[in-house]
Amino acid sequence: MSGGVDSAVTAALMKEQGHDVTGVTLKLWGGPQDQGCCSVSDVDDARRVAQQLDIDHFVFNYGEEFDRHVVGPYVDAHAVGLTPNPCIECNRHIKFDALVTRARKLGFDSVATGHHARIIETDKGLRLARGVDEGKDQSYVLYMLTASDLSMLEFPVGEMTKNQVRELASHRGLRSATKPDSQDVCFITASEGRARFLSDRLDLHTADVVDVKGNDLGSIDAVELVTIGQRRGLNLGGNADRTYAVQVDVQARRVVAGSAEDLLSEDVRLSDHVWADQPHVGPVHVQISAHGAQAPAYLTSDGNVRWDQARRKVAPGQAVVFYCDDLVIGGATAV
Amino acid sequence: MKTAKVDRPIYLDCAASTPVRPEVLDAMIPYFTEHFGNPSGVHRMARSSRAAIDDAREICGQLLGFGPHEIVFTSGGTESDNLAIHGVCGSNGVAVCPETEHHAVLHPVESHKGRLIKVNSVGDIDLEHLETLLDENVSVLSVMLVNNESGKIIDLEPIAELRDRHAPQAVLHTDAVQAINWLDIVDASARADMLSISGHKFGAPKGVGVLAVRNHVALAPQLLGGGQEAERRSGTHNTAGIVAIGVALQHLEKSRKSEIARLGVLTERLASGLHSAMSGCFETIPQAERAAGLLQLVIEDIESEALLVLLERHGVMASAAASCASGAMDPSHVLAAMGMDRVLAAGSLRLSIGWCTEEWEIQRAVEVIPRCVEQLRGAS
Repeated sequence: MSGGVDSAVTAALMKEQGHDVTGVTLKLWGGPQDQGCCSVSDVDDARRVAQQLDIDHFVFNYGEEFDRHVVGPYVDAHAVGLTPNPCIECNRHIKFDALVTRARKLGFDSVATGHHARIIETDKGLRLARGVDEGKDQSYVLYMLTASDLSMLEFPVGEMTKNQVRELASHRGLRSATKPDSQDVCFITASEGRARFLSDRLDLHTADVVDVKGNDLGSIDAVELVTIGQRRGLNLGGNADRTYAVQVDVQARRVVAGSAEDLLSEDVRLSDHVWADQPHVGPVHVQISAHGAQAPAYLTSDGNVRWDQARRKVAPGQAVVFYCDDLVIGGATAV
Repeated sequence: MKTAKVDRPIYLDCAASTPVRPEVLDAMIPYFTEHFGNPSGVHRMARSSRAAIDDAREICGQLLGFGPHEIVFTSGGTESDNLAIHGVCGSNGVAVCPETEHHAVLHPVESHKGRLIKVNSVGDIDLEHLETLLDENVSVLSVMLVNNESGKIIDLEPIAELRDRHAPQAVLHTDAVQAINWLDIVDASARADMLSISGHKFGAPKGVGVLAVRNHVALAPQLLGGGQEAERRSGTHNTAGIVAIGVALQHLEKSRKSEIARLGVLTERLASGLHSAMSGCFETIPQAERAAGLLQLVIEDIESEALLVLLERHGVMASAAASCASGAMDPSHVLAAMGMDRVLAAGSLRLSIGWCTEEWEIQRAVEVIPRCVEQLRGAS
C-alpha cells in the first residue's frame, strides 16, 4: 500500500471478497522525495487506510535492496549513456521479487497491488493485459511478469477506470480518495531534479556537440544527462527548436545533433528479452515508454523490432514492450 | 494465511514498554480527578498536587541514590537524555558516547561534535579508544548501563576512572532506562553525575521520566517557561505521571531481587529451549554479561522483518532493531557497531520480559518461535 488511492481500493476490494488481508507498505528510499511510495506522510496515509479497513499493516524496509537494484543501476546506467527505467527495475527486483518471495514464505496465497493492468486466463495460461483505463495502463512497467509470477498476483483495479477507483474510494470514505496520482521517479525531487541527483553521485563530463557531418556546434556540461531525442539543453541557441540529440557517445564525450529526420530509425535492436510464452516472430504492436502510444511493428527472428514506418530512435536502456491486442507477449531493453 | 490469530498475546517486548501496574494506576487516578490542581499554584488544591510531587521526588531521589533536589521530572527517557547532553554541552562543548547508545543519546551527542567510542564484538567499550577521545574539550561523556537492544551490561567504574584522569571536567551521564529493571541502580550508577530513566519501562505510564542530576552539575534548561523543576525544566507538572513513577519505582525496588531471579530463570529457559529447538541461532551477548530479562538472538538465514510478522500471526509480540519514522525497521546500529555482518544482523530478534511476564508465555514462545523460523527457512 503506497498511501495512494489505487492500493487503498485494492485492499478494500480484497477484504470485501472475504480474503484475510494484510497491508504492506514498502520503505524504499531514505533520501528526500516529493511523494511516491515511501515518504513518511504516504506511510501515514497507508496506515490510516489499513486502520479504517481493520486490517493489519506492516512497513517493510527494502532500502538496501532498492539502493542495490534500482538507485545504483540508475546511476551506473547514466554513467555509460543509457536511459534507465527505475520503476521497471523496482517492479522486477523489489515488488515482484523480494516482496512476493517474502509473502510466499509467510504463507500468503497472493499479493494484490494497485497496478492498472489485468491478468487474463488464456488457453496458453495466465497473461498480462492492459488495464481497462487506457490513460492509466501500467502493463508496460510490468512486462517482466511471467505466467508463474502472475499466478501469485491480483490487480483488481486494472478492471476499472481511475474514475471508478476514485468513486469506490469515495463511496467507502477512504481518506486517499482524492489524493493526486504519483508521478515521475520517486527518489528524485522536483526541486533538486535529475541533474543534481546524478551530479551528487557521478562525475559528469563536458562534451562536444557536433552535427551529423561532424561539424562543431558547441559544447554541453554533462554528456551523461543527455538522452536521445532530447531537444532542450543542447546549448544550440536559435536552432534549438528543430534540433535533437540523435546520438550520444559518453566515452568519446560527443553528442551528435540533428533534425527530426536524422532521429528516425527503421528498427530497434534489443537485448534481455522476457517472453510471456515462446519467443514471438511476426507482427505486433510496440510501446517504448510508460505513457506513450503503441505503434505497429514486426518482431524479427533475431528478436529485434522493425517498425512498419520509421520512428524516432529509442534511447538505449529503455524498455520496449510487445503487445498482441491487449496482451503483453514480451518485452526487452533497447541497446 | 493458514495460521489462526490467538486472543491473548505472548508479550516478549518489555524492553519496548510494559503495562501500567494496577497499583500504580490506582495511585494515579485521584490526580486526574480530585487533585487536579496545578502544582505551581498557591491554593489548597494546588498544594495537594504539589505534595504528591514532593513525595515522588523524595522516593525517586532515595531509590536512585540522589538527593530529592537532584531529581528533575521530564516527559521520558528521550527528554532526559537530551536535557542531559544539550544542557551540559551548551554551544561549544564536545560530547562523547559509545557507538551502541540509544538514538536518544547518540543523536544529541552527534550534534555536539560527537566523538563515538568503539565497542568490541560483544559490546564492551574499547577503553583504549575512549582514552584517546577524552581531553579538556569534552563536556559530557554518556554511557548506558544496559543496552536496549543487546542487553549488554556496562561497568561504569573503569569509564569514570578514565574520565577522572583525562577529562575531569566532563560530566558522566548514564542512560539507565533499561538498567533500572535489572541492576542495583544506586550501586551501578554511583560514579554517574546524571542518570536517565523512563516510567513506562517499569510499570508507570508513558510520558514521564526522570533526569537525576548531581548538585555540582551546571545544567542549562532546554524548555523555558514557568521555571518548574528548580528552573531546570519548565512546563506544568504531569502530576499523575510523577506519582506513578514514584509508586512504580517503590514496587520495583521491593521486588527487584526476586523478580531478577524469577525472570532470569525464565530467560534462560527461553534461551536454552530455543537453542535446542533451532540450529543456526546464537546470542549476541554471553549470559553472564547481559541483563536478566533481555535476550538478543541472531538467527541465520532469516529476515527478522518477516519473522516478526509470522510471530505476530502466532500471537508472539517481539521486536528487532529500532524503527524509523515510517515504522520500518532500520538495520541495527548496535550490531553494526559490534562488527556484525549486515546479512546476519538482519536476522536479529530481541526477546525481553518483565514484571508482567508469566511462565506459560515462555513455554509457548519456545514452541512457536522455532516453528516460525522453520517455516521461513523451509520456504526459501
